[in-house]
Parts: sequence; structure tokens; C-alpha cells
Amino acid sequence: MLGIARRKVGLGVFSATILEQALQRALTAGSVLPKKYSTTAKEQMTVREALNTALDEEMSADPKVFLMGEEVGEYQGAYKISKGLLEKYGPDRVLDTPITEAGFAGIGVGAAYYGLRPVVEFMTFNFSMQAIDHLINSAAKSNYMSAGQISVPIVFRGPNGAAAGVGAQHSQCFAAWYAHVPGLKVLTPYSAEDARGLLKAAIRDPDPVVFLENELLYGESFPVSAEVFDSSFCLPIGKAKIEREGKHVTITAYSKMVGYALQAAEILSKEGISAEVINLRSIRPLDRDAINASVRKTNRLVTVEEGFPQHGVGAEICMSVIEESFEYLDAPVERIAGADVPMPYAANLERMAVPQVDDIVRAAKRACYRSVPMAAAA
Amino acid sequence: MAAAAAVVARSSSLSKLRPILRSFASSAASDDNRILTIETFVPFTGHLIDPPSRAVDTTPAEILSFFRDMARMRRMEIAADSLYKSKLIRGFCHLYDGQEAVAVGMEAAITKRDAIITSYRDHCTFLSRGGTLLEAFAELMGRRDGCSRGKGGSMHFYKKDASFYGGHGIVGAQVPLGCGLAFAQKYSKDASVTFALYGDGAANQGQLFEALNMSALLDLPVILVCENNHYGMGTAEWRAAKSPSYYKRGDFVPGLKVDGMDALAVKQACKFVKEYALANGPIILEMDTYRYHGHSMSDPGSTYRTRDEISGIRQERDSIERIRRVILSHELASISELKDIEKEVRKEVEEAVSQAKKCSMPDQSVLFKDVFVKGYGAETFGSDRKALSAALP
Repeated sequence: MLGIARRKVGLGVFSATILEQALQRALTAGSVLPKKYSTTAKEQMTVREALNTALDEEMSADPKVFLMGEEVGEYQGAYKISKGLLEKYGPDRVLDTPITEAGFAGIGVGAAYYGLRPVVEFMTFNFSMQAIDHLINSAAKSNYMSAGQISVPIVFRGPNGAAAGVGAQHSQCFAAWYAHVPGLKVLTPYSAEDARGLLKAAIRDPDPVVFLENELLYGESFPVSAEVFDSSFCLPIGKAKIEREGKHVTITAYSKMVGYALQAAEILSKEGISAEVINLRSIRPLDRDAINASVRKTNRLVTVEEGFPQHGVGAEICMSVIEESFEYLDAPVERIAGADVPMPYAANLERMAVPQVDDIVRAAKRACYRSVPMAAAA
Repeated sequence: MAAAAAVVARSSSLSKLRPILRSFASSAASDDNRILTIETFVPFTGHLIDPPSRAVDTTPAEILSFFRDMARMRRMEIAADSLYKSKLIRGFCHLYDGQEAVAVGMEAAITKRDAIITSYRDHCTFLSRGGTLLEAFAELMGRRDGCSRGKGGSMHFYKKDASFYGGHGIVGAQVPLGCGLAFAQKYSKDASVTFALYGDGAANQGQLFEALNMSALLDLPVILVCENNHYGMGTAEWRAAKSPSYYKRGDFVPGLKVDGMDALAVKQACKFVKEYALANGPIILEMDTYRYHGHSMSDPGSTYRTRDEISGIRQERDSIERIRRVILSHELASISELKDIEKEVRKEVEEAVSQAKKCSMPDQSVLFKDVFVKGYGAETFGSDRKALSAALP
């Protein structure tokens, strides 16, 4: 609240932060809400605005934070996430790199060893595979190998998972890959509030964070409470959010699939099934407590993810529930994931390769009625 | 021999004086195989090698085929632009218009046993290797008659029977792959070479230098071809490369800088390097070229370069216009005959587009096809594993 009061004074000043400009737009957008914001006041924010303002504020607060990646500067960001930052912070802190992921990821990690706080952008996480040795061997393991001498306060961020029609080499979800590795933190924001709070937390975190965004969510607008606009707003790492409370079945999801799970929950509610939707927010550390508490309440679980099924996030969640809440399960755990094939280009095949709302509804119903599934041979 | 930078005025006044001779000459020109020697627009520049002569041996038939093939490629890319805007093409679409001379000139110098591998900007290379317009448009629209059966998309065209190995989405990856093709060619004693194409953006990738070093150690018959269109997505070459002399970046590997907007120069260079590579090992070609479109259809291409620059290149260096001037100055065809060729090519493209639009989507059963060559009956799954599963054949 105080933060907002301070900023209202600052709105007359020439160099307004990008957030202040966004807030100004929100204020003048004809809101019927009283000027003195309560925490229930709802403004809209896109994920893009959330990420942009988070980057801006963290760079403003800490001169050690800098941004590096392809087209992040003069081009304003391949997806316009870093719009305005070069102009504001200059080329020493917003660096356009050549198309050389192994090189610039390594350079970023080296800078982090020295004490700077780099934010390294991958245009998509598919390209992070060119640099994965540095993420795992140079970043994730260093604090351990050096017995705490060399910490790596770096954030690797960028779009992850499928977009629309971008084919096999541009559509993979890397959540399971990176979450497999001790020493990395892996975050998967869904809403604008998630994006803002988790990116701020990631940048402030002393450990390497893999921050998996989603291209199709960038333009989506979400209602946010007033506190989200505050520059000190932060979300805890390792804590999931119950997006929708329910009684009959737990649905876990992350990133774009949270939206699908919420749609599925809506459909299920019309059929008398009350689904609890958990937005994981953090894949590593995974909020096992929240997941297990929910399953102990509902006794049924459907895990949803976009990535390939084998050795995926859902597999780990299922195992956690079996280990800690086996007696509470009234049905086998259901798993919805991307199809076990490289992403096809044709629209009809792509639709079959990515989870749909129908799939989640179907699996939830199975979990609730314990009906014998019809396995269709292709 | 008359310089290639011919005077159009001269030819058109002559054509008024000698109409009978002209029509006789041009109707036979596409079958005419007498040797013509034409100079390239600019000389070659060599790094650690003496460049080939500027005088290129060609024939009227070849020159006319250059014109037709480049016009067809140009039309195809422009049609793809419209299809993308009408949302019939989805995802990424990287267009090659402006760079046609590289594809066409290279093809003229090599055989179908020589291999080509390139990046995602692959539509025209596919065509030059013998792919059809229908296969290209059907693939772009994700139909079952596409060259990759609708499963690859714009970035993943292939034609193995013509030694075209794709079509690669990850910047730079195709270069070590190309060196691998050359390794196999040498290993199999095939007396053929591989051309591995990449852009100025990819030229800074470390994997190129790793693969080049190994290729030099092993004397592999590989030619690294940098299609320098001066922009890696939105970043100009001087902002990405400390040394944008890409033909010199091989250091101990020789290189040649070529005017990539001159199909005859491209042909001469490719002929020269093929001979070199077979005898000596790797060599680098830098093609000085230009793309009229932005990096992809999501990039307007005008935020990082001026419209004057783009139209300037179109006026002064366009590859199709140059060949047109060569044809006219050597009286190989008339202005109206060339326009007829352009009309024919336009019609070809329109027909292919309309045919491709009628093609059906791939059958659902192909979702699980070609994951493996040999699947041992392993189970595979759709997004709801209990609703859809299959055994991999």
C-alpha cells in the first residue's frame, strides 16, 4: 500500500518507470474502483507487461542485474518482453548477443561466479540445448562442488513448450529435464501475477533459476490485485497455488495447462464434479506438501503437463503421492501429457499431440468413477 | 567478349531493326547449347587461394533456365507470404526471395549425387533439388501430399533422393551435419561433395569451427557456404561478428567471396570449389546476398534496416533483373518473351497453390508413424494415454 502511495507522487516525474506508465494507463482506464486501493481491487495485466515491469524494477533496484540474449536490446525483444529496457539502462546492461547460446550462457554463468546477477534469455528453451552443459555443469553444480564458495545467482528465462505450428524442433517442454537436476530451481509461471512475482523472486534468488515462460501466454490478460503492482511484490519459490478449490479430484498443472485445467474444472462442475486445480508454479522445488494435502482431501489425482509423458513431471508427482498418501487414493493416478511423438506440424496432428481440455475432463471423470478406460489402438 | 553489365537500350533498338532474326534466335534459345562466355559482375576475392576467372562458360539454354527457375522461386515465396497472411501457413515461415541466385547457380555446378544441407530458409533449395511446387505448398499448409507428409512444416523440407538433407530449425546445426555427410561421402569413395549452407547469424556458432577443424584434419569434401544476407534476424552483421569477413573465418581453411546476386558467379564459384574440395578438403564460400523479406513472416524487416536499403538492392543487384539484362543484351530472348515466361511461372505457382489447397490433412494414423524405423512394438501414447495408445511398428 505504501509503495503505491509513493509511486502516485512520482507519477509527475519525467522518467517514470515502465510500471508507473502501466499504472497510469490502468488508472486512467476508467476504473470504477476508489483511488485508495484495497487488496481486492482488480486491474488487468498481461503476462508480457508483468515480465517487462519485473525486469525493469529489478534492474532499477540492483545495478548488478543485467540482461543478455538475442534481440533483447535494439529489437525490443523477440517477443517484446524487454521492450524499453535498452533505452532505459543502456548497452552495458542490456546486451544483444550473437546467435551463440553456448557462448553467451557460459559468459553469463562466469559473470554470476564473479558476483553479478545475469538474466540470460533464450529465444526459446529449445535453443538452451546448445548451452545445456553450462546450465547443468557450470551453474547447477558449482555451489555444491565448491562447498558454498561459488554461488551462481543467474536466471535463465524464455518461452518453453509448444507454440502454434512451430514444428518438432521448436515445441519441446523442458520442465522435466531441468527439474531433474539438483542445484537448479525451476519455475513455471501461469498468470500475470505469477510472472511478476516469480521473476522478481528468481532474480533475487542466490541460486540458478530456470524460468520457463510460455509464448502463447504473453498476450493473455489477467486480473491482478493492487499489491501485485508494488515493486516489492514477490512470490515464494517452491509454493504452489490453489487456483480453484474443490472436493472430488485434484488436478495439478503448470504454465499454459493451468488455464486448460481451470476450463476443465468449469466443465466438470456442471456435471457435479468439484475439481481442485493446483497451479504448481514451481517444479523444483516441488510443493509436495500442497499436492499431498489436496489429494488427502479429494482422494483422486490427475496430473497435467504439456511435455512428453515418460519421466515427466506427472510421473514425479504420482510417485510423491504414492509415497506419502497412498492410503488416501481412491483411484489410480491419471496422467495427461503431450503425445509421445515429436511435435507434428499439420494442425490436426498437432491438436492430437498437445493435451486438450477434453482430455483433462475425461481423465478426471475416470478418476472419479473408476470406470474401465477404453484404450483405442491408433 | 561483351561485358555482362549490358546496355538494354542497345539491345532493344537492335531488336526493332531485326525482328525476324530475333524471333528465330529466341525460339531456339532455350535449346541452344552453344558456349557463351560472360563475365561476372564483380571479381572473386580469395583467402589463401587464387580465385577462379571471372569469365564464366554458359549457354543460352542455361541462362534462360536460370531466369525461369529464379522467377518461379520468387513467385513461390511471394505466394507463401499471402498464404501465411491468410493463415493457411502456420508457425514459422522464412522466405528466401532475393537469394534465389545462390540456389540456382549452385545447382548448375553440381550433380544430384552432391549433397546440400541448409537452414530453415529452405523452400527454394528444395525446389532447385527437384522438389515440386505442389509438394512445397502442400507441406507449408500441413497437407498429406507435402514433401514431409505435413509433419515437418516450412523449416523441415527434405528430398533425400536428390541428396537434399533438409531443412534445419536450430541455427548452425546443419553445418556439422553437412561435414558428416562429406565424411560419409569420402568414406564411401563416392567422389561427391557436400554444400553446407548457413547464414551470417550462424557463422558465429562454435559448432561450425569445431566441425571445420575436424573436416580440415580429415580432408573432408565439404564446402561451407555462408549466405551472408547481412542480418541475423534483426541484428546486423557488424553487431554480431567481430570480423564479418566470413570467407576468411576459416583461418587455415581457404575461402572465396562471391557476389551471391549473380547466378553465373555462383555457378563458377561452386564449380571451382567442388573440384578443390574433392582434391584437398574443406573450403568456405561467402555469398554476398540479400533477403527482401524480414527474417520470418513475424518480422517486418524494417525496424533494423531502411526501406531505401531494400529498394536500392532491388534496383541495383536483383538477381532476376540481372539475368534479364544479360538475356536481352545477348539477344537470347525478347522483352515480351521474358514476360511470357514470367506469366507462365506465375500460372504454375497459382495452379500449384490451388491444387495444394484441395489436398487433405494427414490421416490421424500418421501421428505415430516414423517415430522409429523399427519400434519393436513398443507402446506409445496420445495426450490421454488411456484414450489413445498404439504399438510402434
